Amino acid sequence: MAESIPNAAPASGDGHQDHHGHEEPSFWSKYLFSTDHKMIAMQYLFTGMAMALIGGFMAYAFRMQLAFPGIDVPGFGIVTPANYNALVTNHGAIMIFWVAMPVLIAAFGNYLIPLMCGCDDMVFPKINRLSYQIFLISALVLLTSYFVEGGGFGGAWTAYPPLSAKAEYSLTPLGSTIWLSAVALEFVAFLLGGINFITTAMNSRAPGMKLYDIPIVVWMIVIASILFLVSVGPLIAGAIMLLFDQNLGTAFFDPARGGDPILWQHLFWFFGHPEVYVVLLPALGITAEIITVFSRKKLFGYRTVLHTTIATGVLSFTVWAHHQFIAGVDPRMAHVFTLTTLLISVPIAEMMFVYIATLYGGSIRLTTPMLWALAFIAEFLIGGVTGIFLGASGADVYFHDTYFVLAHFHYTFFPIAIIGTFAGLTFWFPKMFGRMMSDRLGKIHFWGSIIPFNFIFIPLFVLGMGGQHRRIFDYSNFPELSLPWMQDIRVLATSALLVMLSFQVVFFYNFIKSLRSGEKAGKNPWNANTLEWTTESPPPHGNWKELPTVYRGPYEYSLPDREKDYWPQNEPN
Amino acid sequence: MRPIATTRSTSGMPTGLLAVWWIVASEIVIFGGLLGSYVMYRLSHDAWAGQAANTNTEIGLFNTFVLLTSSLFAVLAHKAAEAGDGKKAARLLYYTIGGAVTFVCVKAFEWNMEISHGYTITANTFWSFYYTAAGIHALHVIAGAIIMAIIARDAAKNAELHRVELIGIYWHFVDIVWIFLFPLLYIAK
Repeated sequence: MAESIPNAAPASGDGHQDHHGHEEPSFWSKYLFSTDHKMIAMQYLFTGMAMALIGGFMAYAFRMQLAFPGIDVPGFGIVTPANYNALVTNHGAIMIFWVAMPVLIAAFGNYLIPLMCGCDDMVFPKINRLSYQIFLISALVLLTSYFVEGGGFGGAWTAYPPLSAKAEYSLTPLGSTIWLSAVALEFVAFLLGGINFITTAMNSRAPGMKLYDIPIVVWMIVIASILFLVSVGPLIAGAIMLLFDQNLGTAFFDPARGGDPILWQHLFWFFGHPEVYVVLLPALGITAEIITVFSRKKLFGYRTVLHTTIATGVLSFTVWAHHQFIAGVDPRMAHVFTLTTLLISVPIAEMMFVYIATLYGGSIRLTTPMLWALAFIAEFLIGGVTGIFLGASGADVYFHDTYFVLAHFHYTFFPIAIIGTFAGLTFWFPKMFGRMMSDRLGKIHFWGSIIPFNFIFIPLFVLGMGGQHRRIFDYSNFPELSLPWMQDIRVLATSALLVMLSFQVVFFYNFIKSLRSGEKAGKNPWNANTLEWTTESPPPHGNWKELPTVYRGPYEYSLPDREKDYWPQNEPN
Repeated sequence: MRPIATTRSTSGMPTGLLAVWWIVASEIVIFGGLLGSYVMYRLSHDAWAGQAANTNTEIGLFNTFVLLTSSLFAVLAHKAAEAGDGKKAARLLYYTIGGAVTFVCVKAFEWNMEISHGYTITANTFWSFYYTAAGIHALHVIAGAIIMAIIARDAAKNAELHRVELIGIYWHFVDIVWIFLFPLLYIAK
């Protein structure tokens, strides 16, 4: 990686080469204490990818147990019931808090916001560095929970009390406290990062860049950061209350002593549902950038997309109780939340139509990033449509806590966290590392991931409709859930997972090979308009020799009266 | 050295000021969640009125007075900083810190008394909320005082005077949280 992240500023005449000194920094100051937004983005990216491997390994272990109960899982061993609980809990928590958040918001946000807004760094570089350091500590804290008495926390990633509040129930006296502390630390890291993202985009844009000239992905990351910032507070308060319940003996959530466990569910989902949009929006933004570049067309309805995004953000605060339809919520309230939940599918559906309209009539190039972007639209659509079933309180009474729910949210989160990340990574790889990725290997990896993905989760929809409940360690204890056809489907899903995981080797091979010997990318390999493509690949410390000025919006492609089919934002005319 | 990004001001608002308002926004929802939960419980537990009667309203009132006075000093410090008088701003900030220290000491005395009467954090859920909400607030008072000491040290050398306003905004926020806590925990019986 040494050649990819230049740290010393180039010998430029204007005075912004000074904030790191000229001598080559030591290993630690370069990789752990750097304040350069690109370096911090790489730290978030690689930490997130490492956590994704851990989260993926957990999925492998518990899927093997479900397909072949009692098997000695190669590389893991026998999965005990306690192991199983800890695996599913931490798989969920890791994939959302330590993979989707750091990669989609923190890595792409850190990398893209200063580059796309035309400035030399984040507005608070030291707070930015602190944000990553706290994040790294939170990841390490989480992983230590596996090595304490009782093992990792096994009360599901939603941590409902009383199960999560009492060691007698969860059987993980230390694991649950460590898990909760790790989540709280992670929130602090993203609050610090989020304030940086918002203020940078609000205050440090290049001269001439008006609000409607900001690339959509920057808007999306900023709106996501605002959503996170205003939704996480109640859960932080709830986490403190739950920590006190666990460790001091208070009874905030203990029904036996006057507490109310439903309160936790409200506090959790008041954050938890906006959180879906916190990770969805950056992925939608990445997709928007890619489909405009590879269909050589202006984004259809820039302002519509933006206003729709804001509407989604506002609505996302009004839907949380659809997670609690069978938790004793008043049926009249359930109607209200059904209504808001069905309403929120309108802006998202509108977004899908806008993207398809952008593609319509374009000169589409099916490069690897474009394939990922198209797959995002197609797969997320399935996730969205199945959500309608669950948002309707009548249907949800039947589907609640079945594999239908599980398959539904994997059809939303997999496109967001995995497809969105690969789309962004393959698209900006040339900018990040200065070399092109192999398109052929990229496409092998793409098809090797997308096809098995559908073979994992479509079968799980079928199982869910057949009544298969979540969070059961061994279905052979339930005769009606261990019919031969059901077990066959479980084996099918697990086999597809194995295929999908093995194809990730192609990605890592491609990644490392392209880093070393990929074709040189040049400044603007995709002929794109946004500002990050106007500097060197990879950008030097300080990003530009002279910071750019902006003259127009980011999506001026294929204008009939111009010679070139693109018109970078910084070209006067 | 600061990057150019820090010195820009596209929105017309200084970057530090903008960031402090976002920090305040994130804090509002933390306390909002906590106090919202408390109010929901309180409405369905009339018996808590009897518990609240055991809190010491006089001490609470005294602490309200202390915090409000310290906020006045913070405003005066901001005024001095705007006039470019760093020494005066620093002195006024030290008075504000004095208010914070008084507040925390009174709080310690008050809690000590209550705990010795058996009203501990586990006594019942009213007292759990009482200690949790006031405790988190007290942490904010302590954190604010520490940051204020750092800013006052710089201000005395006429450096970073714009930060006097920023800590002032935070301090008013901490004050306003207490204005919500005091009636909810002490007065509503």
